[in-house]
Amino acid sequence: MSKKRSIEEINEKIRNGKAVVLTAEQVSAMGKEMTPAEMMSRVDVVTTATFGPMCSSGAFINFGHTTPPMRMEKLTLNNVPAYGGVAAVDTYIGATETAMPHDNYGGAHVIEDLIAGKDVLLQASAKGTDCYPRTEIKTLINKSTINEFIMFNPRNAYQNYNVAVNSTSKIKFTYMGTLLPAFGNANFSTSGELSPLLNDPEMRTIGIGTRIFIGGTTGYVAWNGTQFNTGKPLNDHGIPVGNAATLAVIGDAKQMNTQFIKAAYFEKYGVSMFVGIGIPIPVVDEDMARRVSIRNSQIETNVIDYGSGNFELLGRTNYKFLFSGEITLNGKKIRTAPLSSVKVAREIADILKKEITEGRFILTEPVALLPKTKGLNKLEVRI
Amino acid sequence: MTSKRFVLTFPPDATGEPITYNLIKKFDIMVNIVKADVSPGKIGHLVMEMSAPAKVLKEGLEYIRQKNVECEPIDKKIHYREDLCIHCGACSAVCFAGALTMGRKTAELSFDPDKCVVCELCLKSCPLNLFSIDIG
Repeated sequence: MSKKRSIEEINEKIRNGKAVVLTAEQVSAMGKEMTPAEMMSRVDVVTTATFGPMCSSGAFINFGHTTPPMRMEKLTLNNVPAYGGVAAVDTYIGATETAMPHDNYGGAHVIEDLIAGKDVLLQASAKGTDCYPRTEIKTLINKSTINEFIMFNPRNAYQNYNVAVNSTSKIKFTYMGTLLPAFGNANFSTSGELSPLLNDPEMRTIGIGTRIFIGGTTGYVAWNGTQFNTGKPLNDHGIPVGNAATLAVIGDAKQMNTQFIKAAYFEKYGVSMFVGIGIPIPVVDEDMARRVSIRNSQIETNVIDYGSGNFELLGRTNYKFLFSGEITLNGKKIRTAPLSSVKVAREIADILKKEITEGRFILTEPVALLPKTKGLNKLEVRI
Repeated sequence: MTSKRFVLTFPPDATGEPITYNLIKKFDIMVNIVKADVSPGKIGHLVMEMSAPAKVLKEGLEYIRQKNVECEPIDKKIHYREDLCIHCGACSAVCFAGALTMGRKTAELSFDPDKCVVCELCLKSCPLNLFSIDIG
């Protein structure tokens, strides 16, 4: 019978400074020569990470009350609109929000500025009520003046993602970066064998309540992410091909570091935010040992035409080719480029490794598992 | 033999003297024009690679400057704020000239200005807006 080890046993080793922690890249290299049983006997925890543009991100802020108080209805932060449809001095600022359609400063920049400790201009208006008589405010806030600054990202850490190419004769500016005409380049955006959900494809250890690294501090998996999809076909290595599972994550933005949260602007698309996420994976049995040893050559994804507007599936490739700088599509060689930073993802995986090795980061059992089966609805235009 | 890319900036009243022709004919400098934007009455720019023995190249540059034409190595004109770079690789996607490349092992961006053809696509492709070009 194959061996098992509980997360509590692993935590005991972590507390005693005896846990063996490796990054997913280190384990992928080991996996070439070792059986899952050997891997399991040598490794307790594997750290995974990603640092890519993740549009479905944002933060809740509570400003504190003025005297007399105000129920803010329309509000902006550095002129970027923030949501006024929650309680009096609560808001949600979305990463992609901008004042005007083509602005290159948006919600992600506001969030980064606040994390950096900068002052941000708050302007709000309200109709005024008996209990909240104030109707206007213009003031400066920063992360030490506000009560809460909670990053809550509804969809991060995509398990796999499309490769984008452009079949047309015109240059295209997309959220997958600039796509040169006539298949001039192929852009991709995951950290491959280092990416969290590719190392636990069935989400056996990553679930609701999992403690993670987010933006330079400790956070948690809050829920399945939006557009969570278990319906993608699996390849021979149990990896879903194409965009699949996602995570909703939460963390205290006051404790974050701008090294791991970066506002971004994609030409003609708009604002997004690079989010740094690291997730430790406990090697609880041989199946997990096999999963975490997944290599770039075993992780496949779809090549999609982002130029024509109908997102046609053109082929399939793997991350070994993508990271080599060139893929072949229908006999044609295409230069590749990443959009997510493997360099910063490696830094995150190393930080997490150090924190666990030194007993400062204890692993968690999921409070509940993520959905086993969940598909995607299409939006029908019904009127 | 030294090979280097330069940006020549012509004043609006530049004389009709054929500078490029003279560089080739009189100095025997191998000239490869990468980009040209020169019109009468306007400030003009010429991006070109010049190859010659170091001494000859120096004489050629002196000649250009004597003609009241500004001449700067390309890396003085293209600014990349490397300290702020997150090495995402988005700029390398558009750099068909191969000046911006990702290290296969290091996953770090490297920039070789002497391969730059000043297409300016990286300016729009960097999500952090870290490139600027001081031409025109």
